[in-house]
Amino acid sequence: MAESAIVARGLSRRFGSVVAVDGLDLDVPGERIFGFLGPNGSGKTTTIRMLCGLLRPSSGSAEVLGFSVPEEAEPLRRQLGYMTQRFSLYEDLTVSENLEFMAEVHGARRRTRSARVRELIDTYRLGELARQRAGWLSGGERQRLALAAALVHRPALLFLDEPTSGVDPESRREFWDALFELVEGGTTILVSTHYMDEAERCHKLAILQDGRVVESGEPRALIEALADRVVEVETERPSRVRELLQQRDDVVGVAQLGSRLRVLAAASLREPVAAIERALAQAGVEGRARAARSSLEDVFVAATAARRKGEARDVGSGPGPRATGAR
Amino acid sequence: MSAGHRIGAIARKEVRQLRRDRLTFGMIAGVPVLQLLLFGYAIDQDVRNLPAGVADLARTSASRRLLAEVEASQVLDVKVQVGSAEELEQLMRRGAISVGVVVPVDFERRVARGEGPPAQLLVDASDPLYLAAARGLLELPLGRRSESRFDRRSGVPSTAASSPVAAFAIRPYYNPERRTEVYIVPGLIGVILTMTMVLFTAVAIVRERERGNLELLITTPVRTPELMLGKLIPYVAIGLVQTTLVLIVGSVLFQVPLRGSLLDLYLGALVFICATLSLGLLISTAAATQFQAFQLTFFTFLPQMLLSGFMFPFDAMPRAARWIGEVLPLTHFLRVVRGILLRGAGLGELGGDLWPLGLFTAAVLGLTLLRFRKRLD
Repeated sequence: MAESAIVARGLSRRFGSVVAVDGLDLDVPGERIFGFLGPNGSGKTTTIRMLCGLLRPSSGSAEVLGFSVPEEAEPLRRQLGYMTQRFSLYEDLTVSENLEFMAEVHGARRRTRSARVRELIDTYRLGELARQRAGWLSGGERQRLALAAALVHRPALLFLDEPTSGVDPESRREFWDALFELVEGGTTILVSTHYMDEAERCHKLAILQDGRVVESGEPRALIEALADRVVEVETERPSRVRELLQQRDDVVGVAQLGSRLRVLAAASLREPVAAIERALAQAGVEGRARAARSSLEDVFVAATAARRKGEARDVGSGPGPRATGAR
Repeated sequence: MSAGHRIGAIARKEVRQLRRDRLTFGMIAGVPVLQLLLFGYAIDQDVRNLPAGVADLARTSASRRLLAEVEASQVLDVKVQVGSAEELEQLMRRGAISVGVVVPVDFERRVARGEGPPAQLLVDASDPLYLAAARGLLELPLGRRSESRFDRRSGVPSTAASSPVAAFAIRPYYNPERRTEVYIVPGLIGVILTMTMVLFTAVAIVRERERGNLELLITTPVRTPELMLGKLIPYVAIGLVQTTLVLIVGSVLFQVPLRGSLLDLYLGALVFICATLSLGLLISTAAATQFQAFQLTFFTFLPQMLLSGFMFPFDAMPRAARWIGEVLPLTHFLRVVRGILLRGAGLGELGGDLWPLGLFTAAVLGLTLLRFRKRLD
């Protein structure tokens, strides 16, 4: 594996009294896709902005491609591509004009520039749209354009901030294929998302909550770690069972899927299938439990619930609601 | 790759966007022409055609002649003839007339005696300009009239045959040098540039921030001064186009003279355009939305309109107002442009008003660069 593309230690950012990013440690390997998974307000965008040198950290340090940010942001920018969460190209310019412009400000010479723009237009299937204004494109088309624009100068590192929000599944799949091709070509990608299926495609993942990394690792390993903790309960009275199980300290989360309940047991609960069946019998509720395959969603619930419950226990000393205002 | 390259890229992009932004594009030509017509025609400080009523109680040939002269002056537009001063007062209260002319029954006797003004003007003085106009009408021309037209010694009014209009020409009052358009149009170059240049630049940058373009742009190698220069260059050109437009329309419609050198005028305008653009940039660093940019622009626009000597004679303003006025770029540009257009002055003679413009530009640009960071915080 290539050496780390990004190393961050204790990276923090406050906006007034709101802590958006809280002591983040990161090791992003090179030539891989690294994912930030987290709900809105968990500090994904703020972290990316700090790593680009757009925001100064309140404390902590980060090195990106060997440049410390924000001090060395300028030389870093030549090797950095950034696809913002919101479409940030010029809606009143055409697709090819936008690409030309980005190539120009990145300092490409005239001849290489038009060759590069043509190449990108071909790669990202923008040929038919080349003379259309960016403001008239569909979500998927805009996304392809934004990706192409972030790539004009062949950056070594690509930041993608929720690149697929508002994009249909077909376009998303296509988009990810393009990302893997880039990685094969040697690009490092850091992508933030709140889609589980996307997060699962990353080589490595950090789950963010309230500006902290609450879990990180390879998706498969994270999922397998929960292999024997997921139980599915089939019952006629799902809401009663749900209520019953949610009260228990050794149950992390309960989610309903049609007539079934998906239960994530805490690590402390031994033989969860038997334990849950016992609990149902004691309460006199009919229902059958069986082991189920764990998913990334379970990983997410487990990782974020630990902190939620932890905070609930020491009410008063906790920092309270946070990071909702920071984007 | 060179900075000039990136500046050029931004400037070309800006022009492309401008060409597609029909509203802004229309404003480039629309604002100057509209303002020119408004200020040139509507806001005419030579008050004419005031609605007037006449009460000719004397009904003699002399009184009729007087009224004919008054009407010929075009200051008054006689709407009604009534039989008493009271009726005129009523009309004025209703707003039907602004001026009433009362010629008393003993008009000729009064003229003959030569004691004070023989006739009376009732003036709605709520607008001081009306009063000034009426005063001009009566005191100047009529004062002379009594000198030349009525022979004091004989006390006999001279006949129409012996006193042609020429003797009472109102000409001195409306002499060409006192036409307001001639004075206002050069100033309008400054006012129009102030309004459009500040607004365009402020909005041009704030719009990028508002639409999120700036977040992308500042992750590219573009440096702050490059970004600013690239954005400004198209507007410098637009400012010069506007100057040209005002000059052409001003000379065609209002016969505004160009007594100095055209090159001097454009150089002066260039310095002033830089000053206004830098102000626009400064505003863009303070405004978060285009709406705020509009508000801030008007906040800087009003004092310039009022304190620069455009609306009121600069030297007649209170001292504190003049101090503020000296800081404003428009004040200095008004002097420059009036000097060149009306007095035929050269740039060399106007140095005293050029360096404050340069200083203003440098100070404001410096402040802008300090405030504008290639960061979001």
